[in-house]
Amino acid sequence: MSGILSPQAWEKVWTFRGTFLLGLGNTIQVALLGLLLAFILGIIFGLMATGENKVLKVISRVYVELIQNTPLLLQLCFLYYAFAFSSHSLGILVSGMISLGVYHGAYIAEVVRAGIEAVPKGQFEAARSQGFSYVQRMFYIILPQSIKIILPPLVNQVVNMIKNTSCLYLIGGSDLISLTYSFVTGENTGGAYAPAYILSGVLFFCICFPLSTLASVWENSLKKRERRVVVQKKTALEGRV
Amino acid sequence: MISNMIKLENVNKYFGDLHVLKDVNLTVKEGEKLVIIGPSGSGKSTTVRCMNYLEEPTSGHVYIDGRELTHRNKTALIRETTSMVFQQFNLYPHMTVMKNLTLAPMKLHHKSKKEAEELACHYLDVVGLRDKAEAYPTTLSGGQQQRIAIARALCAETKIVLFDEPTSALDPETIQEVLDVMIKLAKENITMVVVTHEMGFARQVADRIVFMADGQIIEEGTPDHFFENPSNERVKQFLGKIIR
Repeated sequence: MSGILSPQAWEKVWTFRGTFLLGLGNTIQVALLGLLLAFILGIIFGLMATGENKVLKVISRVYVELIQNTPLLLQLCFLYYAFAFSSHSLGILVSGMISLGVYHGAYIAEVVRAGIEAVPKGQFEAARSQGFSYVQRMFYIILPQSIKIILPPLVNQVVNMIKNTSCLYLIGGSDLISLTYSFVTGENTGGAYAPAYILSGVLFFCICFPLSTLASVWENSLKKRERRVVVQKKTALEGRV
Repeated sequence: MISNMIKLENVNKYFGDLHVLKDVNLTVKEGEKLVIIGPSGSGKSTTVRCMNYLEEPTSGHVYIDGRELTHRNKTALIRETTSMVFQQFNLYPHMTVMKNLTLAPMKLHHKSKKEAEELACHYLDVVGLRDKAEAYPTTLSGGQQQRIAIARALCAETKIVLFDEPTSALDPETIQEVLDVMIKLAKENITMVVVTHEMGFARQVADRIVFMADGQIIEEGTPDHFFENPSNERVKQFLGKIIR
């Protein structure tokens, strides 16, 4: 009944395909909302990390270190159970969205910081010498240049977030992994382990693979362009000698 | 009476323990062309960078057009009064030449797109690169990029333009095209402060030359005084090495 080759098991999975699609829908929903939060936090804290204000720098650092050095599961459980037992329950989806957003926000903040720091110092100075304010400098001059550097690792964060929705299982979520698990352990539906996890995996793969491919294509074209610039500079230098 | 456009008063600058400017006092009059020369590491660049607060002095005062420059007012005051041309050009690589030239006039000086583009075309004519308006900076030669950077500085129509070694990163054969543009500018009533190693240019254009060594101004005077009979031994040595 549970074997990969068992037709009945595959049939059962097919009959309950709606469950898997529902789980996929929930996973994407949490991931999208979490992503929105992560982007906002990532940009704000990334800017704080590269700004001139030392207090904001420290705050950003503390946030990033705190989040990156504790497990996502702990953050999720803390948020969910802390609120659930203080009679202000946030609900599973909201807890999931917030903790995924805060967790990946810390990684995106690092990505944004690295992207801004990769822009040559002269660009900041030219903008300052023209009298652009901090926000104008970032908006018109620096961020449009860092976006190319930021995008590939950012897409990787999106992929990680989609996979990390599986943590919702621990607080009783209805994401793809959780529903797959209840399916294979359910009284009426149980048993079809292999086909169920294969289907679940295929669904994850279908979403994540195109994204991570996009990221690596992006990264390679960026590297190629850099190499071209270096070659140009080198030949220009050799021309001078 | 011609007023002081820039005034540095007892300016000191430390980078960590390194004392790079030692009690520098300097005034630049309106319309004056001041050239700063001296060996590398003598504080020339830091001096001009203090004039627009890219470096904030550790102590001392900077006055621009009669107003004291402070951490608080630097963005607004610099926007109105000074522009800068850098050794590395620092054009914005993600924008066309035209966008590079019109960004500040449109966003900071409240000009319409049409006004800003007319202004840009005018200054592109001045630097002789009208045909490059739609090009991206990285497709241009160093000399062309620097001429565009000069045009960008002029588009702000400020009274002061600072030049920080504008020809030091250029191929020898393109240096002259940039110097020619600067010589042309020197005929206008712009206050120019130029850090350079181009002695020919200094001689031709400067109203006054300042020589710096070890973070101090050790001699200043007219080009004639400077090149014909400098009093300071350090200056004589330097000129002896550089002019053959």
